[in-house]
Amino acid sequence: MPEHHTTARNTENPVPTQEVGAFLGRRREQLAQRWADEPLFRAVFTVSRDEAVEAGRAVADALAQVAGSGRVEDTDSPGFTPVREQLTRMAASRGRAGLTAAQISREVDALRRPAVDLLVADLPQASSEHVRECATTLTALMGTLRLVVMETSLTEGQALIDRQQVQLLEVATPVIRLWDGIVGVPLIGTLDSARSQVVMETLLESVVDQQARFAILDITGVPTVDSLVAQHLMKTVAAVRLMGAECVVSGIRPAIAQTIVHLGLDLPVVTRSSLADALAYALHRLGADIVSVTPGGAGTR
Amino acid sequence: MSGTAAGVDARLPIRSDLDLVWVRQHVRQAAAAVGFGLVEQTKLVTAASELARNTLVYGGGGEVTTERVSDGRAAHGLRLTFTDRGPGIPDLEKALSDGYTSGDGLGLGLGGARRLVHEFAIDSTPGSGTTVTVTSWATRPPRPREELR
Repeated sequence: MPEHHTTARNTENPVPTQEVGAFLGRRREQLAQRWADEPLFRAVFTVSRDEAVEAGRAVADALAQVAGSGRVEDTDSPGFTPVREQLTRMAASRGRAGLTAAQISREVDALRRPAVDLLVADLPQASSEHVRECATTLTALMGTLRLVVMETSLTEGQALIDRQQVQLLEVATPVIRLWDGIVGVPLIGTLDSARSQVVMETLLESVVDQQARFAILDITGVPTVDSLVAQHLMKTVAAVRLMGAECVVSGIRPAIAQTIVHLGLDLPVVTRSSLADALAYALHRLGADIVSVTPGGAGTR
Repeated sequence: MSGTAAGVDARLPIRSDLDLVWVRQHVRQAAAAVGFGLVEQTKLVTAASELARNTLVYGGGGEVTTERVSDGRAAHGLRLTFTDRGPGIPDLEKALSDGYTSGDGLGLGLGGARRLVHEFAIDSTPGSGTTVTVTSWATRPPRPREELR
């Protein structure tokens, strides 16, 4: 509680957080001007210096509010809310320029020095002890700002990863019509349960849409076939069978074949080593064979 | 320690599905660095995938350590140790038999992993956890024809 701090002090020396808050409000313009020359602002706002100064003012306002609320070490302090988005964009912009998290953190830290210098110059009458307390408070506040920047950019990173995971689910499972009545799915990467669920759904839908009699699951792009992957494959095969179509699993490389045997897996499904073989098999079963054109053009009639 | 050995010896957490991907990738790279052929690599990675998933699903998470081993002569191998502090396995005989599962898998993981590696050891105490240690050796290249004659 801030109250008991106040009672312990005389009136000439207000609480450091209040003092720092008042200073940030008073020297907002000078601070914004100085920060605009620091690498962080200079590199992000390249169009005009006014833009950088404007951004600096917003940060100074936010810090003043946080200091005024007395919660200088709280990254969730409501004072940060108005600038959170701006800080995220600034950090992201520096990140895109190739800076590491540590380098961005150092750039944010570079804002501390000019602020503390201004503060010390601004309190000529105060006792050295009070100046030191205020400087410590401001330093803590700037440290919190640094944390907020890092935190927002991390949250941004996590959100990006989440979005990309959802995108991967869609991107990696195209169902291709290979021929009349034959559809194929090139499976790529890890077949975890979420991915295999999407594969199954899109495949079953296209079996209906294309009136397919054959569905080819190509596992060339699946690096590891273990018992769980096999289980997912077999569930898909069983579902396709229930729809009245037949499944062919292709793309079984020699190393995978040997591994499946050692693992003791039984794949009760037609398998082929390559997609071409699987397609030829399906075409043959549909009554359409691929034959070479006889040299001379005298084909069988 | 040489540069390659630093890439082989590691300790990886197994806490989520994402960690399983890391384990597989690391084991594949480590096996290649030790000199495993493609088939042996695939077998070891598949065994690691099964065991890591057991650690995650039945052991409630744990970790794996990978280390390069040598028989003192020319052969080099890779040893993987999976450790969890889960409920343990009450009946090892049963757990290793094909088709038995206490979950909803195919029941091939443990027995299959044993067939995929050269050495397999399991130590489980009900109530305090399970440790599975597997070792595979990089098969030496076939002898030159002259030696066979």
